[in-house]
Amino acid sequence: MIERTPVLNIATHVILTMGLIFLLLPMYLVIVAASHSLQDVVSVPPNLLPGDQLWINLQAAWDKGHLGQRFVTTFIVAMGVMTGKIVLSCITAFGLVFFDHRLKMPIFWAIFITLMLPLEVRIVPTYAVAANAFLPFQTLLDLSGLTWLVQALSGIEIKLEWNLLNSYAGLIMPLVATATGTFLYRQFFLTIPEELVEAAKMDGAGPLRFLWDVLIPLSRVNIAALATIMFVYAWNQYLWPLLVVTDQSYAMIAVELSRLVPKFSATGGEVPKWHIAMAGTLIVMLPPIVVVVFMQRWFVRGLINTDK
Amino acid sequence: MADIQVHQVRKSYGKTEVVHGVDLAVATGEFIVILGPSGCGKSTLLRMIAGLESVTAGEISIAGRVVNDLEPHERGCAMVFQNYALYPHMTVAENIGYALKVAGLPKADRLAKVASVAASVGLTEFLDRRPGQLSGGQRQRVAMARAIIREPAVFLFDEPLSNLDAKLRVQMRHEIRRIHNQIKATSVFVTHDQAEGMTLADRLVVMNKGVIEQIGTPEDIYHHPASVYVAGFIGSPAMNFLSGQISAQHHAVILANDARIDIPAALAAQHDGALTQIGLRPEALTLVPAGQGQITATFDFAEETGPAKLYHFRFEDLTISVLSPEKHDLQHGQPMAIKAQPDAVHLFTAETGKRLTAHDVARERVPA
Repeated sequence: MIERTPVLNIATHVILTMGLIFLLLPMYLVIVAASHSLQDVVSVPPNLLPGDQLWINLQAAWDKGHLGQRFVTTFIVAMGVMTGKIVLSCITAFGLVFFDHRLKMPIFWAIFITLMLPLEVRIVPTYAVAANAFLPFQTLLDLSGLTWLVQALSGIEIKLEWNLLNSYAGLIMPLVATATGTFLYRQFFLTIPEELVEAAKMDGAGPLRFLWDVLIPLSRVNIAALATIMFVYAWNQYLWPLLVVTDQSYAMIAVELSRLVPKFSATGGEVPKWHIAMAGTLIVMLPPIVVVVFMQRWFVRGLINTDK
Repeated sequence: MADIQVHQVRKSYGKTEVVHGVDLAVATGEFIVILGPSGCGKSTLLRMIAGLESVTAGEISIAGRVVNDLEPHERGCAMVFQNYALYPHMTVAENIGYALKVAGLPKADRLAKVASVAASVGLTEFLDRRPGQLSGGQRQRVAMARAIIREPAVFLFDEPLSNLDAKLRVQMRHEIRRIHNQIKATSVFVTHDQAEGMTLADRLVVMNKGVIEQIGTPEDIYHHPASVYVAGFIGSPAMNFLSGQISAQHHAVILANDARIDIPAALAAQHDGALTQIGLRPEALTLVPAGQGQITATFDFAEETGPAKLYHFRFEDLTISVLSPEKHDLQHGQPMAIKAQPDAVHLFTAETGKRLTAHDVARERVPA
């Protein structure tokens, strides 16, 4: 029940306003800091009004951090993660919801467990796999004795190797293989009435036809929601790109941003260039904001998931 | 055009058997209605014919071809679902034409066919709308059109009218019959509404608890119900049941309180002394002046139905309803005499509930 009394109305608005200030204040301070020269930024008491150096600082940050190139890299990775995630989770959920087979529950639980083991937790084994994507297969072959057998018989040593370090594949793939999207799709697919499936069967549509002609058009809203979340998620990735990439041409933008933020030890007693760092932050945050604002309508509908 | 043969078909879910060996033969072009309460297995039977449920045991053939292992669309059936099952994101035209699109028909042919089918069910002006913008009756028409366009040999209906309001239901019923007369496809129609069954069917199949109780024309089933179950299920207002004992001497069934209901002499002679359930349709009973009746019961209350009035009486612990077009001014508690027409009396054995007839008496009495 939603209760409406004047007192409650005022109280809720006060809470909402406080939350808004709490969220927006740091953002405001970033803008303020990004629009002053270094002297003004570090002056005491601090300036609380924006200055006139914003454009100059933005340009400085753009050049210093090679943000143009980082933008391209990050955009490719974010799009890759987004697309991969949508395709993978759609197909997985399709298999889990619309087909009956013995492995259904084990697979479901295996996917579920990945929810509790995010990339950060399993980062070391993931790195090992990224260094050689065939490592799990190699291990299986070694353990089963096949490697030894083949070498004894033919003298050929089986050595499978596929290095994903310093590549887009290495950046994208580990971020794609997680469960969130699968769950979103699964919940949506479960709301599809059984009769719709049967009608498609009677009309002669096979499973893939049904997926393409019926399920995907119906889940457009969910796709939009998932795309938004995944784009922002991938854009903000820091730890994994930091580890897997040493070649700077593959560096992602969050990693670069951390380099803009001055470390005191590195500056050798110089005053850190906070104004440049903040200007860089503004640039880096722009694409996620644009995506969210643009997709907001779909995004909300997709998550609350009501039928029309 | 195709006939349907259902031979000893069973369906189990795990250990629970829901359809217990059903036999049914549907002739080409026939309109069959399967009637039964919810959970009697009628929808399951229909879905097995459609290919949406696997057949646990037995054989189903359509047009002489065993279809047990065929995919639904290979069986030449089209189905109309209870909730219409329209594709919500497609327009009416796309919905109707989807089967043809899947079959790979060129677009021009498809659109021409969609237009002609839509015209036949009065949907021409709605072709560009989405199902969400249509009323229940219109959605039902789309579902029909979607089935018609495939020119199916067999038409299957799974309670297609139960989501419509009463008036629309009658209207769609007529429409379905009209379409059937036009395209002459073999049709199987599942419903729990006896009015639909009685009016639509060439032959009616009454199911209960996973078995077929009776197959026959609506008229046959109404006048000669094979069991207490069928007698009670068919007919509105529902049949009255009383129990008594057959007496050959009186050509009657003797009820409690020495009330008697006359029955044909031959029947009485063959079943002398048998305990029986006697079924009397409210419309086969008349109210008569005191002393001329067979049963005397006290008046309880009356219901107006329009052309006639339904009078409810108490007899012992039972209720007897009488449908009478004449107007009677009765007071609550007033005793009244009721008379039954002897040829409209239905007799069933007290033990099995099967119909007692003059013919099979000999068979039934031998073991005893």
